[in-house]
Amino acid sequence: MKRFFAQLYLWLLLAMLYAPIVIIGIFSFTESKVLGNWTGFSTELYTSLFNGGAHHSLLDAIKNTLSIALIAATASTILGSIAAIGIFNMRGRKKQVINLLNDIPMLNPDIITGISLFLLFVSLGISQGYTTVVLAHIAFCTPYVVLNVMPRLQQMNPNIYEAALDLGATPMQALRKVIIPEIRPGMISGFILAFTLSIDDFAVTLFTKGNEGLETLSTYIYADARKGGLTPELRPLSTIIFAVVLLLLIIINIRAKRNAKRNQAM
Amino acid sequence: MAKQSDTIIKIEHLSKSFGEKRVLDDINLDIKRGEFVTLLGPSGCGKTTLLRLLAGFARADEGKISMEGRDISDIPPHKRPLNTVFQRYALFPHLNVFDNIAFGLKLNKVPSKDIESRVRRALKMVSMTDYESRDVNSLSGGQQQRVAIARAIVNRPQVLLLDEPLAALDLKMRKDMQMELKEMHSTLGITFIYVTHDQEEALTLSDTVVVFSEGRIQQIGAPIDIYNEPVNSFVADFIGESNILNGTMIRDREVEFIGHRFECIDEGFGQNTAVDVVIRPEDIYLINNLENAAFTGTIKSCTFKGVHYEMFVETDKGYELMIQDYNAFEVGSTIGMLVKPSDIHVMRKERTCNTFEGTMIAPDKVEMLGAEFECNDTGLKAGDKVRVRVDFRNVSLLDYKEDGALFGEVKFILYKGDHYHLTVLTDNGDNIYVDTNDIWDNSDVVGISIAPRHLRITKRV
Amino acid sequence: MSIFSKLINRRSNWAVPYAIFLAIFVALPLLLIVLYAFQDAEGSFTLQNFVKFIRQPEAVNTFIYSIGIAIITTFLCILLGYPAAYILANANLNRSHTTVVLFILPMWINILVRTLATVALFDFAKLPLGEGALIFGMVYNFLPFMIYPIYNTLQKMDHSLIEAAEDLGARPSVVFTKVVVPLSMPGVMSGIMMVFMPTISTFAIAELLTMNNVKLFGTTIQENINNGMWNYGAALSLIMLIIIGVTSLFSDGDEQSDSESLI
Repeated sequence: MKRFFAQLYLWLLLAMLYAPIVIIGIFSFTESKVLGNWTGFSTELYTSLFNGGAHHSLLDAIKNTLSIALIAATASTILGSIAAIGIFNMRGRKKQVINLLNDIPMLNPDIITGISLFLLFVSLGISQGYTTVVLAHIAFCTPYVVLNVMPRLQQMNPNIYEAALDLGATPMQALRKVIIPEIRPGMISGFILAFTLSIDDFAVTLFTKGNEGLETLSTYIYADARKGGLTPELRPLSTIIFAVVLLLLIIINIRAKRNAKRNQAM
Repeated sequence: MAKQSDTIIKIEHLSKSFGEKRVLDDINLDIKRGEFVTLLGPSGCGKTTLLRLLAGFARADEGKISMEGRDISDIPPHKRPLNTVFQRYALFPHLNVFDNIAFGLKLNKVPSKDIESRVRRALKMVSMTDYESRDVNSLSGGQQQRVAIARAIVNRPQVLLLDEPLAALDLKMRKDMQMELKEMHSTLGITFIYVTHDQEEALTLSDTVVVFSEGRIQQIGAPIDIYNEPVNSFVADFIGESNILNGTMIRDREVEFIGHRFECIDEGFGQNTAVDVVIRPEDIYLINNLENAAFTGTIKSCTFKGVHYEMFVETDKGYELMIQDYNAFEVGSTIGMLVKPSDIHVMRKERTCNTFEGTMIAPDKVEMLGAEFECNDTGLKAGDKVRVRVDFRNVSLLDYKEDGALFGEVKFILYKGDHYHLTVLTDNGDNIYVDTNDIWDNSDVVGISIAPRHLRITKRV
Repeated sequence: MSIFSKLINRRSNWAVPYAIFLAIFVALPLLLIVLYAFQDAEGSFTLQNFVKFIRQPEAVNTFIYSIGIAIITTFLCILLGYPAAYILANANLNRSHTTVVLFILPMWINILVRTLATVALFDFAKLPLGEGALIFGMVYNFLPFMIYPIYNTLQKMDHSLIEAAEDLGARPSVVFTKVVVPLSMPGVMSGIMMVFMPTISTFAIAELLTMNNVKLFGTTIQENINNGMWNYGAALSLIMLIIIGVTSLFSDGDEQSDSESLI
């Protein structure tokens, strides 16, 4: 009986959490401009989302979002992984300082990170646009990569790097053949995290995108909503995003389970 | 083994510090071709650091290492013709057994058909045939260690470095592997340099044992010589069991300890010199006839140890001795004891009191060991450089570190029959030697104080 | 060996590029906020920005109102989230891992998309947008961030502690209040951090959910920056940073380890 009420509570809460998404999902399959009017099943909104047409700028925003996320996630994975190896081998005060600085972007609210970077670009006289957004995204994504790679380094037998040197590998070969394979799972989860954080971001992008008309999905929705009406194509888009995130999370969970099994076997 | 005699590795005046701490201090060592050399010592004695310097993972501050007459101090590890077996195996977890062993061969561009046959042979050598495609994470500790050894020897190094390779294995496994290592050494005919803290392992395996303590070589020799003729109380205590006692060399061939005079075979110590005396527990003979005994005592405890009995005896002058005998003696009974002159090992004392360097801050205040000490009025002025001597007896150890002028950690305890001789390492890295009747444990943190009247101060010139 | 390869071989040096990056893109920008906050438009030192804030009843009211909304949201999140986390972590009440995944899934969806969905829900249900929608939207957006850390601490809690309490004669209600709740406090604390911090600093959500009728402190800061009032905006940012700093002093700041274990 207790169990029944507990489950009931959970599912009521989940219903509340998912109601908006479900409604958007349902109404993405009808043509009506206004949400809530069911005018019959149609995939028209999906077609027009991908054909662009009248909403050329929405498609641009999606492209920007994805390309920025890809560049930022790749750059922060490289920068963060190298940094993690460096920090792991540091000692004492310097290590504390760099760890503290690494924590700041994770603890800072987005708006503060956004404004601080805005002030940086303004004071340095750098005109804002695509490049500054990418730089800003690298700035708040890299700490998460470091955070994901670091535990792999800590778990790693400290002697395996030396074992590789001992067997005749140059430091670079040892890195490629031994260290990177060891930290790869951390790099992958760091990359995925960085990618989603970048796609998710709104505040930092808003402050660093300048006013040359660069839009990402978040800023597009924001601008659209401020103009009044919401573009109907946002409904199929949200549905797709939801589906992709669901898929990603399932993959990550399967990976985590597999890793846990592998660790148990050790 | 015609070339047995020539030197393959020569270590000269090697020193290394980590921050303030000097982990290796002026090491000189020649290692012969084909020799099985063991670096033996307690943890933190510098033996692993020496191995890392040999492998090239760390660089010495001073001195040089040469191999076959060539200075290799500046050669990076991947270019050195020696290979290492690591303590925790250090197998590459993402590679299977075959790829782990083939790692070095592939880097050296060995043709792939040679790789295959050499890996097979190496696996056979460590009795791991048919394990090629196994995931290394699925192997037991012993199997992983075998793969680690195969991975090193497959490259045909001239010298194999082994860093406590058996430390992570259980006792039975360790004994088996010891035998196999010994066999492997004679089959391969290459030089083994083996690091361990297990004295029994060192005595079993090696041609030569190098005993380390506090960054310095204490003794180099064949296992039997190290056991029978330890050069100082540290070696005597570390290798095997022993009674270590304070004594006085009366004259050549006569030594006094535990309140009695004994004939011995040592000479050249001078007259009435303070010495350390070591007697192995199996070298004291128990007899029921008190008349013919050199000294007498009472059996305090008697424990069966498998082959022999281990007994603690309180002598007529109140010293406690450990004795091993095949016969049991009743607890409480009075017995006589005999020691052969050749079983009494007399060793020069490394020091007879603590000596510190200090600076006067006031006529009755001296700064040394990184702390201030009150002393009797010396008449010296502030700034004078002085030498301070303190007898072992006169250093007091306190339960709370805050109570002392400074504090330290108990590093080494020696029971000397009627008192303990402790080595206390202060947090500045200085050693203070203390004689006490109190019982302390290793790594106890203690406060250290010295009464003003016990500081014997002389001016340094 | 060249100097370059010597630098590379010392692996602690590998952190140097990132250290430089952090200095430019993290330390310097934060310093600039402080610098701008204490400067006037001409660049000379002033406290005028802070005085202006205190003298403007509108700004102070928005500030207090934002803190109020953040506190209400955080409180509602604990009220709704704690039982959920407790049920999820209790093997007797919930055995499926899927429900756990379902609860953290929304954390990974773009916050504006989620807000958009809330607006759609209110439109669909013909409910008016405004303060109610704002609080609903905030709770909806941040509830998973409360559930997850609490669930995590409850999950890691040593179950034998509960058995020990029962063994010592504690009734279930006593076990809950004297053992479970105190032990889950670190999770609640980091949940508070993860909910309170974004709610107090949010700006776009409020505009979308209230048709621009309700203004939050984040919006005030954004408007000032947008209108070129950088110094005043920086001062307001600094005030927000201080509020957040004070809040994080009360909690243990476990947030980091929780977001790390998400993957």
